[in-house]
Amino acid sequence: MSTVAVIDYGMGNLHSVAKALEKVGHGVEVQVTADAGHILTADHVVLPGVGAMRDCMAEISRLGLDKVVHQVAESGTPLLGVCVGMQAMMDWSAENEGVDCLGILPGKVQYFGSELTDGKTGERLKIPHMGWNQVHQTMDHPLWRGIPQDARFYFVHSYYVEPAGPEVIAATSEYGFPFTVAVTRNNVFAVQFHPEKSQHDGLKLYENFLNWDGTSPT
Amino acid sequence: MTLAKRIIPCLDVDNGRVVKGVQFVDIRDAGDPVEVARRYDEQGADELTFLDITASSDDRETMVHVVEEVAGQVFIPLTVGGGIRKVEDIRRMLNAGADKVAINTAAVFNPEFVREAAQKFGSQCIVVAIDAKRVSAEGEPPKWEIFTHGGRKPTGIDAVEWAKKMVDYGAGEILLTSMDRDGTRIGFYLELTRAISEAVPVPVIASGGVGNLDHLVDGIRQGKADAVLAASIFHFAEYTIEEAKRKMAANGIEVRL
Repeated sequence: MSTVAVIDYGMGNLHSVAKALEKVGHGVEVQVTADAGHILTADHVVLPGVGAMRDCMAEISRLGLDKVVHQVAESGTPLLGVCVGMQAMMDWSAENEGVDCLGILPGKVQYFGSELTDGKTGERLKIPHMGWNQVHQTMDHPLWRGIPQDARFYFVHSYYVEPAGPEVIAATSEYGFPFTVAVTRNNVFAVQFHPEKSQHDGLKLYENFLNWDGTSPT
Repeated sequence: MTLAKRIIPCLDVDNGRVVKGVQFVDIRDAGDPVEVARRYDEQGADELTFLDITASSDDRETMVHVVEEVAGQVFIPLTVGGGIRKVEDIRRMLNAGADKVAINTAAVFNPEFVREAAQKFGSQCIVVAIDAKRVSAEGEPPKWEIFTHGGRKPTGIDAVEWAKKMVDYGAGEILLTSMDRDGTRIGFYLELTRAISEAVPVPVIASGGVGNLDHLVDGIRQGKADAVLAASIFHFAEYTIEEAKRKMAANGIEVRL
């Protein structure tokens, strides 16, 4: 039986992620776990997360999961980061006066800023960026299969990922300015939005992830 | 490419059943919250809000099961309000599958609870529900106060100042209900909605008074709300969520269709 490990470091709504994976993963065993053995032997691994970055990183390190996530990233096993899970994969986050992150993908996590306005209407934009925004796929990837271009996904975040280079960008969105909402390299894929809260297209992304062998399309 | 304005149907749940009546064209008894949630999800609701109006705390366990059941079948954000008074209440609802909790009376009696909740669980899941009622006379500059106990008890707290304070304490979103308009079906209290929405940096959900689809449009355009919440116009199948969204789109409002 194929297994997917949802990494449990005590932060965030793991229930929703697990339920969504159960819904699309026919015959796939979903394990919500902090156990290194389980994570390292799983066929697919998800790093979810909500909450403040300092707390997230502190818990990930305390549980020794930083090394485990690195091992997964290097092993070739498909690894999916979701929301704060995506942010945690970068080098550094500006949240909580600056937090060093896992450094699996090159780049920083920045604050949207309190003076954000809509480029066209000039209206002030609310923070957090909360709700359904369009996701513009910038590369062909197995995880986008069957998902329409510019489909809407559910977001809730105040910080966004700024990759060091454009080669890892898999999708962008716009909120006052264009920003990166999906990144990928080799067997790692990460999204800022919540597929588990994004109805059909979100479930489709999880289904694609479970069917993904971790090889990058290029 | 813009963020869509949200439409959020609200379900009042009493001891595990949706009350105030819910009726869909092809379903006679739709008092089952799971059934109702699924139907709204199919129609394209952007989120769902459940308000637990169960009187006895013993029966609150029922709500946990409702949330668990819905979360396993409906993959859109779920907010649960009503009876959220302790950190433990929040943890229970989030573990059951809720994405956000709405804190109302408990915030008024103990604002520190909001701070504690936001620190523990993150602002993104803390909604502060505000019930506001106009206290200034006709002709005077408008002034709204926070009321508790279903709009019966005044608190002397200014609604706009309160909203700002709650955001400072960590609220990630404000659910604003006009007690003057709730149940009237004559439209949102636009002046109030706009005053609050312009005063705070976080999203504001307008609630109270929706009687037709134009009211939803007005709530966004004139009230400057980020989301609109309604119950009865959807419950009695007068309008579907999809019709509401088409109406909004026709008025130049970005929606998820």
